Amino acid sequence: MPLYHTDDQAMLAETAQQFMAEEGAIAKQLRHWRDRDCKDGFGHGLWKQMAEMGFTGLLVPETDGGLGMGHVEAGIVLEEIGRNLTPSPFLTSSVMAATALAVASDEARGRWLPGLVAGESVFAVAIDEGPKHRPETIATRAERSGNGFRLSGTKDFVVYGASADMIVVAARTSGADDDADGVTLFAVPKDAAGLGHNSVRLVDSSMASHLTLDGVELDGDAVIGEVDGGRDVLNRVLDAGRVGAAAEGVGVARGAMDLTVDYLKQRKQFGRLIGEFQALQHRAAHLYSEIEIARAATTKAQQLLDADAPSASLMASVAKAKASRTAGLAVREGVQMHGGIGMTDEYDIGLYMKRDRALAEFMGDAFYHADRVARLSGY
Amino acid sequence: MADLDQFRSETRAWLEANCPPEMRKPAEGEDDVYWGGRNATFKNDAQRAWFEACRDKGYTVPAWPREYGGAGLSPAEAKVLREEMARIGARPPLSSFGIWMLGPALLHFGTEGQKRHFLNQIARGEIRWCQGYSEPGSGSDLVSLQTFGEDKGDHWIVNGQKIWTSYADKADWIFCLVRTDKANKYQGITFMLYDMDTAGVSTKPIKLISGNSPFCETFFDDVKVPKSYGEDIPAYVGEINRGWDVAKYLLGHEREMISGADSSERGAGIGATLSRQAGGVDPVLRAELAMFDVDALAFSAMGEKFLDEVKVGKAHPAQPNMMKYAGTELNKRRHELMMAAGGSTALEWDSAETRGGAAPRNWLRTKANSIEGGTSEVMLGVIAKRILELPGA
Repeated sequence: MPLYHTDDQAMLAETAQQFMAEEGAIAKQLRHWRDRDCKDGFGHGLWKQMAEMGFTGLLVPETDGGLGMGHVEAGIVLEEIGRNLTPSPFLTSSVMAATALAVASDEARGRWLPGLVAGESVFAVAIDEGPKHRPETIATRAERSGNGFRLSGTKDFVVYGASADMIVVAARTSGADDDADGVTLFAVPKDAAGLGHNSVRLVDSSMASHLTLDGVELDGDAVIGEVDGGRDVLNRVLDAGRVGAAAEGVGVARGAMDLTVDYLKQRKQFGRLIGEFQALQHRAAHLYSEIEIARAATTKAQQLLDADAPSASLMASVAKAKASRTAGLAVREGVQMHGGIGMTDEYDIGLYMKRDRALAEFMGDAFYHADRVARLSGY
Repeated sequence: MADLDQFRSETRAWLEANCPPEMRKPAEGEDDVYWGGRNATFKNDAQRAWFEACRDKGYTVPAWPREYGGAGLSPAEAKVLREEMARIGARPPLSSFGIWMLGPALLHFGTEGQKRHFLNQIARGEIRWCQGYSEPGSGSDLVSLQTFGEDKGDHWIVNGQKIWTSYADKADWIFCLVRTDKANKYQGITFMLYDMDTAGVSTKPIKLISGNSPFCETFFDDVKVPKSYGEDIPAYVGEINRGWDVAKYLLGHEREMISGADSSERGAGIGATLSRQAGGVDPVLRAELAMFDVDALAFSAMGEKFLDEVKVGKAHPAQPNMMKYAGTELNKRRHELMMAAGGSTALEWDSAETRGGAAPRNWLRTKANSIEGGTSEVMLGVIAKRILELPGA
């Protein structure tokens, strides 16, 4: 498969680009909700609009009412989300939770997917149990209780967790904390007794929960996939999240670069446009190269995920690491090249820097993924 | 598709029958590579057998038309051949600036007579070519070249000096940029072809930090270059005074080639191999290797994407500059890491175990990657102006 978009994908990209630039723009969404100190951190109205566009159910099979598309298409939407810094539960709901629900029972799919497709529900994903992403270790326990399970433990960095109608929780049904086996995924509804949120605003104005699971009682049908055999599903959810975050990161990088290059063409210093200075030209050109390479790696990972290829997992880590580092470079260069104005809240470039920092941590940073690339390569 | 499958099985059988085992591993040093030419000698029988089998089949230039010495393969068939050759590790039967550089220019700009005359010679490895572009003082500012051809009616008298002329001391002919109009910077250069045995041509190898001398200084002292070698075989490519168009076209090819976009090996990770060879590396080096592998695997995807886009005309015309920049910087990093992982073994300049000091010589050689064919700084300048459309100069 060629690494550029097919005609259909190019059309989707054009649609998504236009939609996000108009409806998901910084002034209309990020600044708007931030300045009102919105407890959700995103707008449900936009989520509904995204449903009307068909975006929310992109990865949901047609038999479940979705569009049955793939990670390349989801990535197209995510890149535009990144470019406009659009606050949205798309990645956690439509990409990660949808990937988990793909293996859920008919009952669970019937309960959750229609709301997602209609833009009436949002989902979160609870994996991390500390300030760094270490999904190899799951300490949250799920003990059998009657016909169901009792979940106990804590989860961190549950993005938009307090606003979610359902949270996909990775818990341990057997074995030691760092065992590969013995992990099970659960669909935890927001009104489950014993579920608590300490919701905090993050640097990028998004909201994330420290989740407490204090003997949360669940029915047996809350299980997603096989009891004790959830590691494979979890890995799929993680890869989907990594590749999705990479696509959003490429969008953040692109948005920051566009803003910066525009600035270089307008700002005069010493009687010249600063874009004429070679020192800045070369750094901008280097940044362009890195973004193109990060995008190619991300597209490759999306295609491999869609083809269910064995190398998808390696490429997912390559994409996440490359996109994280590239977006980091883009925002640092962006703020620096903007000079003093780049430090003001009024200008958008700083918002890109904040979003990049949050996205860099989400689903593992570049160090985690480079280490994973090494381990998967056998060293 | 069935046809392609059949072509693949035929190709596999042909390679099995014709590619000697000795030719199924990388060349060991530059003297192990066959470059063809009037004075060419084969290093061994296997090299000769492999070259002759490919020459007779048109596989030195598989995608060129049959009438010009190629095998007339479609792009899909050529890809199958590349894949099948890569599968058994078969090395190229003939290395040649004629194939990489002049050939594409003649296919694009040449007259029918030139194509029949020169392309067949190139395909059969009969003439070894060198490229006369750079001049002392011009460097990446190629268009400032001063070598001058004075028009004498049916011939020019060429005077001047070229530098960094790869293998000029071993070449039979040169394709050379010569100023033929001093008044016009860009439209005053002619792309000439002439014999290195012509009176007044002399060369002097330049010894490099790698200890090798792949480059030469080349001097032209009242060299008489005819304007034609026969009916429909002009001695220049394209039009007189419009050689810059040809040069630019060729530079695109050269940059693509140096970038390694078409080489899967260039894009591959090295961490696993180097860690094993070094008997386990320390954690900080391992981290560097891991970050390198991330960048290398990502660049590999970029190479694939770039070639996909080139095939359908979707690539930005200045994108080869980006590939050249990123590919050569990556290659330099690769060799830095190979030196670090190799430790004291990689320092050995001349020992049997290190194949004559391949590691340090290659490491030093790669430093030229971001200089030759336009420096990284020139590439970044082109990206800034032509892709990002930044103002000035």
